Amino acid sequence: MTTVSLDNIRNFAIIAHIDHGKSTLADRLIQLCGGLSEREMKAQVLDSMDIERERGITIKAQTVRLTYRARDGQDYVLNLIDTPGHVDFAYEVSRSLAACEGSLLVVDASQGVEAQTLANVYQAIDNDHEIVPVLNKVDLPAAEPERIKQQIEDVIGIDASNAIEISAKTGIGVPEVLEAIVTRLPPPRGDRNAPLKALLVDSWYDAYLGVVVLVRIVDGVLKKGMRIRMLGAEATHDVESVGVFTPKLVGWPELGPGELGFFTGSIKEVADTAVGDTITEERRRADAPLPGFRPAQPVVFCGIFPVDAGDFEDLRTAIGKLRLNDAAFTFEMETSAALGFGFRCGFLGLLHLEIIQERLSREFDLDLIATAPSVVYRITLTNGDEIELHNPADMPDPVKIREISEPWLRATIMTPDDYLGAILKLCQERRGIQVDLSYVGSRAVVQYDLPLNEVVFDFYDRLKSVSKGYASFDYQLTDYRVGDLVKMQILVNAEPVDALSILVHRSQADRRGRAMCEKLKELIPPHMFQIPIQAAIGGKVIARETIRALRKDVLAKCYGGDVTRKRKLLDKQKAGKKKMRQFGKVDIPQEAFIAALKMDD
Amino acid sequence: MSGGDPGFGVYIHWPFCAAKCPYCDFNSHVRHDPPDQARFARAFAREIAATADRMPGRTVSSIFLGGGTPSLMEPATVGAILDAVALNWTVAAKTEVTLEANPSSVEAERFKGYRLAGVNRVSLGVQALNDADLRFLGRLHDVAEARAAIEIARKTFPRISFDLIYARPGQTPAAWSRELGEALKLAADHLSLYQLTIEDDTPFARLHQAGKLQVPDEDTAADLYTVTRDVAAADGLPAYEISNHARPGAECRHNLVYWRYGEYAGIGPGAHGRLRLPDGRHATEAERNPEAWLGRVERYGDGLIVDELLTREEEGDEMLLMGLRLAEGIDIGRYQRISGRELDPEQLADLVAHGMVERTVDGRVRATRAGSFVLDAVVADLAA
Repeated sequence: MTTVSLDNIRNFAIIAHIDHGKSTLADRLIQLCGGLSEREMKAQVLDSMDIERERGITIKAQTVRLTYRARDGQDYVLNLIDTPGHVDFAYEVSRSLAACEGSLLVVDASQGVEAQTLANVYQAIDNDHEIVPVLNKVDLPAAEPERIKQQIEDVIGIDASNAIEISAKTGIGVPEVLEAIVTRLPPPRGDRNAPLKALLVDSWYDAYLGVVVLVRIVDGVLKKGMRIRMLGAEATHDVESVGVFTPKLVGWPELGPGELGFFTGSIKEVADTAVGDTITEERRRADAPLPGFRPAQPVVFCGIFPVDAGDFEDLRTAIGKLRLNDAAFTFEMETSAALGFGFRCGFLGLLHLEIIQERLSREFDLDLIATAPSVVYRITLTNGDEIELHNPADMPDPVKIREISEPWLRATIMTPDDYLGAILKLCQERRGIQVDLSYVGSRAVVQYDLPLNEVVFDFYDRLKSVSKGYASFDYQLTDYRVGDLVKMQILVNAEPVDALSILVHRSQADRRGRAMCEKLKELIPPHMFQIPIQAAIGGKVIARETIRALRKDVLAKCYGGDVTRKRKLLDKQKAGKKKMRQFGKVDIPQEAFIAALKMDD
Repeated sequence: MSGGDPGFGVYIHWPFCAAKCPYCDFNSHVRHDPPDQARFARAFAREIAATADRMPGRTVSSIFLGGGTPSLMEPATVGAILDAVALNWTVAAKTEVTLEANPSSVEAERFKGYRLAGVNRVSLGVQALNDADLRFLGRLHDVAEARAAIEIARKTFPRISFDLIYARPGQTPAAWSRELGEALKLAADHLSLYQLTIEDDTPFARLHQAGKLQVPDEDTAADLYTVTRDVAAADGLPAYEISNHARPGAECRHNLVYWRYGEYAGIGPGAHGRLRLPDGRHATEAERNPEAWLGRVERYGDGLIVDELLTREEEGDEMLLMGLRLAEGIDIGRYQRISGRELDPEQLADLVAHGMVERTVDGRVRATRAGSFVLDAVVADLAA
């Protein structure tokens, strides 16, 4: 295997909205380059986890090395990198994009540009990518390639006149995409003789190989047997194997500048590898790390408890296993009067939280209760001590508190002009402070400082809904600021439900309290008795709803032939009850603990 | 009414109707050509014999011919089936023999024949006492015919009952109260009063889903049920079960077998049974399609497609969900013997505190009036 010249390497990502055909196009490219035989070509090779497939989101970055003989008669190595696609994983996306020089921007020729595309395409532009617009699904009757090209130019501000029109499904135009990758994207640059400098793109745990680290070599060469150093983690490891994905995992003698591949070594846990870290050779170190490294920092916390207390050990095992593969997720044990033993877990954002929760219940078959998500508060006590609060239930007695600070972020929102009013209103409602407002064509770019507390839960959902999905959103944590924060409790049938208590800004308390009571009224099924639901701050009730008692709930006819059916219904009811938690004699469904926080307004 | 031996009932299912009613999800079939009644009668007899082979020596406390529309049977067919029951088990002279009938003039002409065949109780599907609602419910008779049929039935049979369906679209509690008052004048000593239920996969369900059929909301349904219980009780027919009213002593013995969780054989297409066999209680279910059932019986002797041994927990749940429908409730000791478990004392105490159930001095637990309105929730609490 000879060394590939830098000029014959192209590294690229595919940017697309869900359902615009990213995976189908990737499959086509792999197929045309002979990466997999017909038989191995299962639909959508790249999304390996069930949850990824169902939600159309990628959680882990993946790469595929393709060999392509171009029309100029030369062989090229094309590295396709598939990136996560959600704001929770914005940092991971930025590192994946930093690992390549260009992007295919795939846009559905009838649907046009959508929000998720925008957030990622701007990231790609930030990473100095050359962008090749690709219009997919041009074979469909609703396709309007000319209109969508214009839209790409207006909205994104890039030249779309030479966009490639394809149908990933039928294969039309796909060879032109390969050719464009070669002719329009720049080759990587790098110095083979310089000390090794590689970007840690992602890593995961493999049952057979241990931790697999995905890297992009910038300078130098990575070989088996080498002792490497991670500059950020300040750790050294011996490289046991080096390879690439075709998409099958294949051993390779070495990775040189511009190449994407993996290595394995004496690394125990994914937590020992940080996305964005710089890898160099221990004996001959690179002088400076690559720019942009940021250790993963959980920003949202919530409690996760087993529905059945007997499942605690299973939950501990399951969480441990997930953590093996997901270093961004943290956990520590927690006990709650109402919920028993569980874990306080930290996440990158709400989607991350939902994914972990779903994987726990699906892959490990656990019934779980997750408490309301909260951010990390800093509390200064009257005696001068400072504590970090991860859980509203642990809030000290208010008389002992001097002040509470909360994390703030700077949000950048891009939106078509039409939705600007609604978005400004949303930001104001969420205690936002406007920093800047400017225009790019007909798109507004607005910057706001917002408390994370107001964003963490449903801001992104609300933003999508008020902008019909057209606004894109990105944020960066900035600082901690003192705020007038109070603990709001929820009482169900006069009993406080700790898992539902939240810290809230005093100015928001009435609104949040009312919204939560209304939501719980919808979520808690009627019982045989009336159920008061109250929101209270320090014993003072600020909102109240009542769930009416059931009035009529009995099957009219039940004879000999109905018993079996009725018994099966009863079994279902019993199973449903096992998934609820009792507070003050009231069965609260699991989903209520999270859904209660979502506001519809 | 006593809570003694629940008895042994034989249920016979005649699966044919002249037309399907849009609310009905029972196992009924409409056939262009009339079925070969003699052949069906032979199959019924054969399945009765096969069932008796598995559970010999029983004394039959009741026989119930339901459907479908059993009043489409020739009296001779009914006679042949009853003879088969008597041939295989012991049938006492005063055994209750009920036949469900449509109150049409054609069918009323056969009443005499049924009586001679051994039927001593009819249950008439009157359903409503105004013609517009009868048409809405898809019934083939009108009010005048129904009144006449009730009259003939009262003269022909020692015991009669009829059914009404309430909570029809737009029906107010006041209107229902008037209609029920009229019904009570026509009634002898038993009435079945059902809230209209939208069953899956029926024409009504499709209309309901399309928003073209509105049924009263939960509050109105509760008000209508209040009227039902109060008006009937004031006239001497208290509810002895959620939807069944009788003068004390006139309860349907056959249905009591179900609710008291006794033993019953299900004969005919789609019929269900609960047989107490040496290894425990079996739940049986026959093939629903009449012709397929016929084929099975002619080949194998019975038409069963389900015959499973119930676990004690399942038996306990069934006893609970049937028994609490009765005003008399269930015997706690018997529940423990059958299910091998105790009613959760905490749940029971909660339900008592909420006024949903009460315990009696003779060791029974029963739903209160308030509990009867929300019995499904009560049972779910107790069974959990």
